[in-house]
Amino acid sequence: MSLDAATVKHIARLARIGIQDTEVARLQGELNGIIGWIEQLAAVDVEGVPPMVGTEQAALRMRDDVVTDGARPEAVLSNAPGRNGLFYTVPKVVE
Amino acid sequence: MSYLLEGRDAPWEVVIGLEVHAQVISQSKLFSGASATYGGEPNTHVSLVDAGFPGMLPVINRECVAQAVRTGLGLNARINLESRFDRKNYFYADLPTGYQISQFAQPIVGSGVIEIELADGSTREIGITRLHLEQDAGKSLHDQHQTQSFIDLNRAGVGLMEIVSEPDMRSPEEAGAYVRKLRTILRYLGTCDGNMEEGSMRADVNVSVRHSGEPFRTRCEIKNVNSVRYVMQAIEAEARRQVQVWEAGGTVDQETRLFDPARGETRSLRSKEDAHDYRYFPDPDLLPLVIDEGWVADLKAGLPELPDAKRSRFVSEYGIPRYDAGVLVAEQATADFYETVAAGGDPRLAANWVTGDLFAALNRTGRTIADSPVSAQAMRELLGLMVDQTINGRIAKDVFEEMVETGEPPAAIVERRGLRQVTDTGAIDAAVEAVLAANADKLAEYRSGKDKLFGFFVGQVMKGMGGKGNPALVNEALRQRLARSP
Repeated sequence: MSLDAATVKHIARLARIGIQDTEVARLQGELNGIIGWIEQLAAVDVEGVPPMVGTEQAALRMRDDVVTDGARPEAVLSNAPGRNGLFYTVPKVVE
Repeated sequence: MSYLLEGRDAPWEVVIGLEVHAQVISQSKLFSGASATYGGEPNTHVSLVDAGFPGMLPVINRECVAQAVRTGLGLNARINLESRFDRKNYFYADLPTGYQISQFAQPIVGSGVIEIELADGSTREIGITRLHLEQDAGKSLHDQHQTQSFIDLNRAGVGLMEIVSEPDMRSPEEAGAYVRKLRTILRYLGTCDGNMEEGSMRADVNVSVRHSGEPFRTRCEIKNVNSVRYVMQAIEAEARRQVQVWEAGGTVDQETRLFDPARGETRSLRSKEDAHDYRYFPDPDLLPLVIDEGWVADLKAGLPELPDAKRSRFVSEYGIPRYDAGVLVAEQATADFYETVAAGGDPRLAANWVTGDLFAALNRTGRTIADSPVSAQAMRELLGLMVDQTINGRIAKDVFEEMVETGEPPAAIVERRGLRQVTDTGAIDAAVEAVLAANADKLAEYRSGKDKLFGFFVGQVMKGMGGKGNPALVNEALRQRLARSP
């Protein structure tokens, strides 16, 4: 698998990363290098082996349905780029 | 009764599938301990997990999982004992982490089926593809400021069940019936309040059109439709639009659209280029969700009687018509009310009164069954007075109206106003004589063959007795009197 220039631009757009046309060729080379490296995994025969996400515990631990958090808007808003009262504010986004 | 749109060469059939987002009823959020309660001051039901602070880890809420399992069981669906969470990546101002935790490849609930009923009494089975758990996003307010959008994260992270149907529906009516049925089931289960106005239940509607017998054509998705009526209107509008596009020689693009109820049309929301490119991948913060078969069995044992089962029971146990049973089970509170009224009395009479007089009174007073001006107990007493012949049906209507007005118990109203039914044949005979004497002309007409006047005499006698005569006895007395010569 290798990425063409258009796919590189599309990925950048989805990730909201602005790139110049002059950078595309270099990024294409880097990304293809990474993909090629990962693709070595394809050599392993995993026929009949279920996908594995971790090696520690087997399953999620669940918590009880109790309210233990919230009611601290100042902490929540402490990193806000902008605020108005208890709202976050952002440049207007309307679809 | 098929729904087809007229076409130039052949009629068009509409194909509909629905994705319903139902907010899980729980105290706290799906992956954090913040309150899941609707409303509140902005950003006060928010934990640092919900706000996407670095290093915060999600921990799943057992009750949200239980609610999803209950819902799956209520949809006659397969429960997957092992499921997984994935990240659905997109950028929006009310999604602090830049991804929604959802279930993509392995949802907690697999395929199921529900039965819908249409206006003509016919039924159809609609397939459920899957149900998965995911987080809700926050809320953006765009109308508070000239240049800024305001963000409130109170809703961010609240548990949602996305319930996906098969593309099994063929008309707006079927889609409407599906949403209503689903809402009824969720409310019975207590897993979602089904309140579409507050947004705790909303639908994404997938619509395509085709000529009968063709494979599916390209569909469009109409996002976030928030009432049953709008679901039906949006389908009509979108199907019309697509037929026009195809018949003009164009092609329908797969895209996300928005329904504008004011203009009765759908319009494009996002460019195709960005749609559905969510780059799902397994959430590395969350291990597989593994649930125990015994726990699922416990949850199943704890389920309430669901609407279809209740309806069948009402028909067999109470001997009421299937249609009435359907009306009575649509809301659990109505079904409970009915059973209280019917208990130990006349169940058919109870069904007529609940669906007739009571519903009319609720409509008129703007109340719901939950705060009905007449309690189920009081209504049972009223019907009891009819069954034991203390009052007749006509008087019962008056007593009921007074109960709606004053809340007074029926027996007290009957005593105070002296409404007991008159069964004394002497009194009835006297009333009959008085009416015949006062209407000699009508009596002559009757004698000369105008049989229809019998009803007139019955009415006059009842009127003369203040409506309190026993109808059967009045009929009998009149019949005997008229059979004799003057």
